Amino acid sequence: MIEFIEILLMLLILFDLALLGVSRLKTCITISSLQGMLLGIFTVLAHTQGLTLRIALIAAAAFVLKGFLFPRLLGRSIREASVSLELEPYIGYIPSVIAGLALLGASLWLGAKLPLSSAIGIPLVVPAALMTFFTGLFLIIARKNALTQCLGYIIVENGIYIIGVASVVEIPMLVELGILLDASVAVLVMGVAIYHINREFDHIETDRLDTLKG
Amino acid sequence: MSLLLLSLAVIIAGGCAALFAWNKPGLAGCIGAGGTVLGCALGIIPALAVLLQGTTRSLRCAWSMPCGSFIIELDALSAFFLLPVFMLSALAAVYGGRYLLKYKEIKRLGFVWFCYAVLVASMALVCVAANAVLFLLAWEAMALSSFFLVAFENEKSTVRRASWIYMVATHLGTACLLPMFLLFGSRAGSLDFDRFAGCLPPQLTGICFVLALIGFGTKAGIIPFHVWLPEAHPAAPSHVSALMSGIMIKTGIYGIIRTLTFLGTPPLWWGWLVLAAGIVSGVLGVVYALAQHDLKGLLAYHSVENIGIIMMGLGVGMIGWSAGMPAVAILGMAGGLFHVLNHALFKGLLFLGAGAVYQASHTREIDLLGGLIRKMPVTACCFLIGAIAISGLPPLNGFISEFLIYLASLRGATAMDADVAIPLFLAVGSLALIGGLAAACFAKAFGIVFLGEPRSQEAAHAGEAKPLMLVPMLVLAAACIAVGFLGMVAVPALSGAVSDILGFNAAPELKAAAGCLRSITIVSVALLLLIALAAWLRRVLLSGRRVESAVTWDCGYSAPTARMQYSASSFAQPITALFRSVLRTSEHAPAVQEYFPEAGSFETHTPDACFEKAYRPLFEGLRRLCGRCVVLQHGNIHLYVLYIVITLVGLLAWQMR
Repeated sequence: MIEFIEILLMLLILFDLALLGVSRLKTCITISSLQGMLLGIFTVLAHTQGLTLRIALIAAAAFVLKGFLFPRLLGRSIREASVSLELEPYIGYIPSVIAGLALLGASLWLGAKLPLSSAIGIPLVVPAALMTFFTGLFLIIARKNALTQCLGYIIVENGIYIIGVASVVEIPMLVELGILLDASVAVLVMGVAIYHINREFDHIETDRLDTLKG
Repeated sequence: MSLLLLSLAVIIAGGCAALFAWNKPGLAGCIGAGGTVLGCALGIIPALAVLLQGTTRSLRCAWSMPCGSFIIELDALSAFFLLPVFMLSALAAVYGGRYLLKYKEIKRLGFVWFCYAVLVASMALVCVAANAVLFLLAWEAMALSSFFLVAFENEKSTVRRASWIYMVATHLGTACLLPMFLLFGSRAGSLDFDRFAGCLPPQLTGICFVLALIGFGTKAGIIPFHVWLPEAHPAAPSHVSALMSGIMIKTGIYGIIRTLTFLGTPPLWWGWLVLAAGIVSGVLGVVYALAQHDLKGLLAYHSVENIGIIMMGLGVGMIGWSAGMPAVAILGMAGGLFHVLNHALFKGLLFLGAGAVYQASHTREIDLLGGLIRKMPVTACCFLIGAIAISGLPPLNGFISEFLIYLASLRGATAMDADVAIPLFLAVGSLALIGGLAAACFAKAFGIVFLGEPRSQEAAHAGEAKPLMLVPMLVLAAACIAVGFLGMVAVPALSGAVSDILGFNAAPELKAAAGCLRSITIVSVALLLLIALAAWLRRVLLSGRRVESAVTWDCGYSAPTARMQYSASSFAQPITALFRSVLRTSEHAPAVQEYFPEAGSFETHTPDACFEKAYRPLFEGLRRLCGRCVVLQHGNIHLYVLYIVITLVGLLAWQMR
């Protein structure tokens, strides 16, 4: 079972690197949706011994929300705001991947040092979570497109979710559902905001919105 | 004690009720002023009782504030400060009720009355709070409510500027108080005042004292922390100026004295420091006042001067205290404290008078006024009484307190060694100089404003103030006279407050001083009788003759005009010229080009040197520094997120280290 989980985590990390190297928005969304589905499966696999209805429900919610709902919402935003399908990076794709590798190294180092690592006995969990978290932040910082920001937050949330599921076994369900709900509301709000920003300014380039500053 | 709480509750309730009557300005004024007057009348009873009986009352309530506890303690010192708080607040409220009606069309008076009530209640609470958290909360409420009152006419840019300067100054002062209370609290293990006494090791007491002097001194307006005063006082409505100048700045003095009671017997240099601050504030305050053209600005600088006199009293007292001369300590402290009360009376009176002049003539520019004694005789008479009192001339109340300080300084100076005697001699000299300059300044203020001929249309058409504005002025004028003549009764009543500060019984020494004051009263009464006799003689001598009245300034000119009179700056010029190096008055006088020039102009302007030379460069520098930081504010979301990430990673790395 542990091998499965490790393969899964490897896949997650590879998806992270792929997110950094991909230039097309739609591919990014697809990858994030795949990552979301993996998270759902991961939730079940990590708790095979004590699989309760609660955990199954959370896994299903993650699977559906992250795998299908968020990508669909983002896709709809793309259509409605006629977003350009390029990611328009501040940092190029190859340097991004190299930075991603550096982040992976940092995550492995941090994961070894953080006292969380022993939670479910798989040493790769915390580095994978940190890597996903950093990838999300990197996307937010290094891409101009407002939709990528949204995507970045979803990826960040994925990272937090991994840590939540893996290391703290008994999180109250309310908190987990709260996080999921937060993320979905955030995506909705972001979608609406992007639509309005686009209608107001004819673009959603966040670097051109700095005229609004005080 | 319950009466005191009830009075605070009534004041606040009146303010809140006025807030709800915002669309009926007249009603708001009635409720706000009425609530304040009623509350003050209730509050003055326990204050007087404690002051006369000398007992201390305290009250502790449960309070869910972290580190705070609701402790109020009414000892003789607090009661002494409460007396002017309640007295002047009530009178200023009555005055303000009429004064503010002029603004009823354009302003929301409900909010003004709410702020006024909060200001009065918070000043009273500052004087009785016995817990640092409660004290600071009241202190802050006082600062904020007075800020809103200063910003009353916020459509004027000068008023906005003044209120911001006040806001910044008062918070910089509070920034010094926080570490002071934290030092006390960390050593005492509690923020209650009764645990503070003697809790600090000797090396920390000096730091605490200097912090208190800066923090409370900013509120009190000692030079060089006075810059907000000449800005804020002219900007505020007059009854608020009276309240702020008469009492609010005294809470700074109260804070300094209260801190002294925690710190025990002071070392000698504290006394020197306070005395030096007093001398500098007193002399420079009155010199700057001489150079002012704005009536309320002049009064504001006189507040600096009087705070200087109070500080001199405290400084003399502290020198006597640390040198082991109880007589000097008692008389100095009593003089300083008594001047607190007296300044509240006459400065309140003068600001109310200035407000009446402002409402009648729509200008505060002294050079545009003149001849008002015929239009507003009652106001003029009250202003004159205030002017005599503030100049420290007998037989009015200003003289009594200054006399106590003289007495203390001379007593100490003739009896002790050089490092004590020299500062005390300096105090005597400075006090005399201040008194002379103040008399000159008020000769100018009263002479130019009330005597002579009107210098502008507005002044010519001025009329007497409304009765509701006159009554408070008359009461204050009567109080000035009464305190002046009853000094021998009033001074022994200070013994409780002075004993609270010094920790030993001050009653015998003050009784002895009252003996001196009795002979002064006798001389004063004789003086009054002499004046009455002279007036009677004049009447008798003139009874058979025809008395004519003619133009004041008719020195043989065929066509005299009001412009031939002395102006305020020309009247003060001989003295301001003496202090040229301090004042740095800038003169603008275009050179006359033709042989028969049609028009000429002359202007003098005296900016505050402290503000121009110290604070402006400092704050300009700060602004430039902050301007550099705008680089960080891109408006670029990516970079903002990057900042957050860097911070998080930094924190993580710091923790992993």
